[in-house]
Order: sequence, then structure tokens, then C-alpha cells
Amino acid sequence: MRHLLPLLVALPLLGAALLVATGRRLPRVAVEITGFTVCGGTAALALVLLLNSAPPLTEWVGAWPPAGRESVGILVVGDGPALGMATLASLLTLAALAYSWRYFDAPPHGHTGAYTALMLVFQGAMCGFALAGDLFNAFVFFELMSVVAYALTGYRIDEAKAVQGALTFGIVNSLGAYALLMGIALLYARTGELAMARIGHGLDAAGPGGPDALVLASFVLVLTGLLVKAAAVPFHFWLPDAHAVAPTPVCMLLSGVMVELGAYGVWRVYGTVFAGPGGIPAADLTRALVTLGALTAVTGAVMCWYQRHIKRLLAYSTVAHTGLFLVGLGVLTPEADDGVALYLLGHAGVKAALFACAGALLDRFGSVDEHSLHGRGRPLRATGVMCAVGALGLAGLPPFGTALGKAVAEEAVGGPLTVVYVAASAITAGAVLRVTARVFLGLGPRPRDAEYETSGSHEEPETTGLLSRVPDTMTTVPAVLLAAALAMGVVPGFGALVARSVGPAGSGGAHWTAHGVLLGVASTALAVALAGLAVTRPDWTAAPGWAAPLRRLQSGHVGDYVAWLLVGTTVLGALALPGVLGS
Amino acid sequence: MHVLPYLVAVHLFLTGCYGLATSRNLIHAVGCLAVCQSATYVLLLAVGYRDGGTAPVFSDIRPGSRPVVDPVVQALTLTDIVVGATVTALLLALVLQIAKRHGTVDPDELRELRG
Repeated sequence: MRHLLPLLVALPLLGAALLVATGRRLPRVAVEITGFTVCGGTAALALVLLLNSAPPLTEWVGAWPPAGRESVGILVVGDGPALGMATLASLLTLAALAYSWRYFDAPPHGHTGAYTALMLVFQGAMCGFALAGDLFNAFVFFELMSVVAYALTGYRIDEAKAVQGALTFGIVNSLGAYALLMGIALLYARTGELAMARIGHGLDAAGPGGPDALVLASFVLVLTGLLVKAAAVPFHFWLPDAHAVAPTPVCMLLSGVMVELGAYGVWRVYGTVFAGPGGIPAADLTRALVTLGALTAVTGAVMCWYQRHIKRLLAYSTVAHTGLFLVGLGVLTPEADDGVALYLLGHAGVKAALFACAGALLDRFGSVDEHSLHGRGRPLRATGVMCAVGALGLAGLPPFGTALGKAVAEEAVGGPLTVVYVAASAITAGAVLRVTARVFLGLGPRPRDAEYETSGSHEEPETTGLLSRVPDTMTTVPAVLLAAALAMGVVPGFGALVARSVGPAGSGGAHWTAHGVLLGVASTALAVALAGLAVTRPDWTAAPGWAAPLRRLQSGHVGDYVAWLLVGTTVLGALALPGVLGS
Repeated sequence: MHVLPYLVAVHLFLTGCYGLATSRNLIHAVGCLAVCQSATYVLLLAVGYRDGGTAPVFSDIRPGSRPVVDPVVQALTLTDIVVGATVTALLLALVLQIAKRHGTVDPDELRELRG
């Protein structure tokens, strides 16, 4: 079984190579079917491996097992979390491909198959990053995933905003990746190993007295790279710019799984490399992740509320939710890990469905602007209903999978952090509900335009012309995704299954509790109240003066974002410093 | 251990970041990113250096007869260079499109995405 692990990366890459080589001679249907088959086959394989992942599968690729103390082979690890992320990435790619069936009506002339091939490379890279058992491979797949994502973001190269967003995305993420690589080089210098578990042992053997400056530097550099991908404040500026301009099926993947892979990377690297006595003390990681995570959740929620560009609004909601994931991972308890895993799965379904609805608006009206679409969405009844259902899922209304995950995580983090969970999910869901009420029901007066904002009107539709009706694939895909998010909370035993996959020393399963249901209902009620207030009294909820500086930080200038990245690295170092000084 | 190569690596990385943050031309910015990346090359090679070591090629020397530098970091550096070439090529292609669509490559004039 373990020999099949590398296929999760190899299959999509081979499929992509085939499509690039033969795509321009094949008719469009043949290209799409090949893409589906390869993507679906990989997803099925990932699922089969996931169900057989106890005990964890490990494979030294190319039969280069470690000889004694030395290891130069490439290690692939297939445990529950790794295969779970690979399965999620594969299934979501399949959904995105199905959604794009009618999306890009005319691929660029002479390049049939290029889009499908890029999506397959993206899938392969995400699977590779999830499965990587050694740090250098994690870096290579991190970069492959990033490069494909830049190309897909700027896929519509004729659009001014798309190429600008893709370049910002490219520069900030590549800089983060180089920081990650410098951290890996320092770890190699200390231990002479690249496999994560062996680096961990090496650190413990080298410094039983505790971490020193070199370990701290490598920790900060590695985390900088991963947190740039996870879009934690203040590394998050690239995300709204990239998500607002990327083609909608690509947004589904970026928001649904790629950003979360950054958080997964933090969890994996800390747990395997830095958790030992020679690494970074748990208290320091908790301080760093909980501080940055809470800041991310608050910033994301506030910025989400003041957007009128619908895709940008959803992008900020992803920032807020990633902050919640980081807070959950930061407290380092098995219960919180289970909760975050469930929350992440549910969020992927809900967020991808919401982006799919935004895409339907874009192709029907050539706009994703809340103000100019006021009341025009009335004919799209199915899309409107799904938007509302998605918003409730985002708020964590039981019995959605998001609600179960959020309840378990809230219980694990406890105290004032519960307030952050409730508030961030309520505000982001309230913003989506407000958009739904205005666009699809035409409620309330038309809001006034603010001074410093990105409007979503005059966007190029992603089909050849405006659609006269929304194609079935573009309604079915979000419906299936929402149903999946709902099923995660309803199907008995799913929570226990996820908890078992996350860790053998798990909490014994994620269950509904009265406390969790109450909090879920409370945040949903808060979201509905906020949306109602915003629609009926737009002046009360318009951007107040204190939010203006926060919005001005998002300047669209790549140099500013690089400066913020350096600030973030320094802050991370300061947050992790006390443990190193104390030892 | 010589400290100089490590200082050079840090210096290159920070210089590249300074250039990125203050850049007035996107082609220059992509170049600065390449400078940041060369810091990783220097760091990797410095990590693998052994005093008095020679290239790890055993065609003309007997294994074990004299110290050689670490070949693993050299393989990593090569991979890193390939990655860097891809990234630079893609980003320059995007800059080309920005120049065509916006008519400028000055990041100060690209202010459509904000707030």
C-alpha cells in the first residue's frame, strides 16, 4: 500500500504533461474528460489510502532508505492529516474542474488543455506538500504550488487587475518561500538532516539544555514562509488582491485548501521538528500563534465587513477563518486539533460554494459589486438560496460541519478566545448575508460609495460573453459542496473518524454538546442581526473613521507588503524570544 | 567556521528586501527578488563547506583520501536555482503584461486594488 503514496503526486503531473503535449490537437471535450479522469482517479486513490492510513504509511522514494544514521532519500509520509489534506485538495480540484466545464468557453487559441493541465499540476503540488516528510521537499512543493497559483491567478492575461494581483501574490509568496529555505538551511547546518522527524531528534540531541539563537532563527524563518502562505496578519496583504482577480474556480482552490495548507504546514513542522526539548517551548508557540491568529481573525473580519467587491469580501472572510484555525492550532491540545480539522473541512466546502455563487453573478452580470448589483440578482433564485445557506454555514449554524468543528475548537481554546471565534464567524457571515439580502432580494436603500475602496463593477466576465442563464454545472457544484459541508455535521461518526485520523492520541471524537450548539446558534443570530441592521440602517454600519487607517494599509503597493513581511518576521521573533532567553 | 559567508547571506537578503520595499520599477523589483534568492545560495553553500575540502567528485581522488564539501547542499542549491529561474521568468512575463495593460511599470502608479 505504501508504495502507492508517490502516485498521488506523479499521476496529476503525468496527466498534466500529457495534456500539454497533446492538448492542442485534441478537441475540448477530450481534454476535459482526461482532466476529470486523472483528477478523479487521484482523489479516489487518496481516499483509499486515507482509509488505510493507520498505522501511518511511510515510503522512501526510489528505494533509498536510510543507511544507519545517514539518510539522503526522499521521505513521503502518509498519515491521517497528510492524506486527509491530499484528499481534500483532490476533491476540491475535481469540483473546480466540474465548475469550469462551462466556464472558460473559449480557451486561448492553440492552447486547449493549458488550463486543465495547470489545475492538475496545482493538485499534484498540493498533494506533494501535504505528504512531504522532509523539509526540502516541502519547500519544493511549496514553490511549485505557488508558481502554478501565480500562473492561474494571472490566467486572464488581458486583464489589467489580474496581472497586477498575480505579480503581488508572486513577489510576496516567493519572498516567504526564500525565508523558509533559509530556515531549512540553518536546520540542516545544525543537524545534517532534512527529514522532519530526524531533524527533531537531531535538535534534541544537539541541545538538551534548550534552544539557542540558531534554533530560534530557523523557527522564525520557517514560520515566516508558512504564515505567508496561511495569510496571517501582517503577512496577509497579498491574499485579497490575488483572490479578487483570480478566475473563480481558482479562487475556490486558493481559499478552500491552499491557504489552509499553510496552517497545516505550521502544525506539521512544529509537531515534528520543534516540539522536542531542543526545539521551541510550547508556551512560546502558543503565544506566537494565538496572538497572530487572534489579530488575523479580527483584522480579517473588520476588513470583510467593509468590502463591496464580493470576491474580495469572501477573501477577507478566508483571512478571518485562517486566523481562527491558527488560534486553534496554537493551543496545542488534541481536542483543538480535531476541532480545527473538522472546521477546516467544513469551511472548504462552504467557502468554495460561496465563490461559485459569486462566479455565477460575475458571468451573468459582468459585475461582483454589491452596490451596482443591488436587486439585480432576483432572477437567480437558486444561487441566492445557496448564498444564504453558505452564509449560515460560515456563521456555524448547527448542524453544519463548520459548526461542529467550531464548537469543538471553541471548547478547547476556552475563555476570551471563544469570543473571538463567535465574533469573527458572525461578522464574516453577517457580511455575506448582507450581500445576499441586497443583491438577491433588493432589500434596503442603495448604499453610498466610500472613498477608499475597490469596487467590483466593470469586471470582465470569465465566459466569452454574459450568460443569459446560469449553466447547470455552476449551480450543481455549489449545491454539492454545501451538501457535503452539511453532511460533515450530520453523518454520525464523521467527527470520530476525523478525530481518529488526526491523531491516535486523540480526544476520543468530536461530539455535539449543548454548549457548542448554543454558541453556534448565538453566532448565527448575531450574523443575522448584523446583516439586518446593515440593510435597514446603512448609515449606522458605514465605515467609521477608526477603520479608515486599517483600510489604508491595504495600499495595493507591493513594496509596502514586503515591508510588512519584515515587520511580521520581527514580531514573530519577539513573540518566541522569551523561551530562548529563559533556557 | 568562517562567519563571513553567513554575514554575506544576511546582507544579500536584507539588501534585496530593501530594494523590493523601495522599488520604483517592477523589473527592478523582480531583480531584487533574485538578489534575495541568491542569499539562499550563499547560505546553503556556506553550510556545506569543509575546511580544506574539494569538490565531491571521485573520478580523480580516492574516497576518504581528503575532505570533500557536502554534496547534499549543492544538490539543494541546484534545485533552488531551477526554482528561481521559473519564478523569475513567470514574474517577468507578468511584468510585461502589466506594462501592456497599465502602460506603466511603476508600482506607485498601480493603485487599483486597495482598501
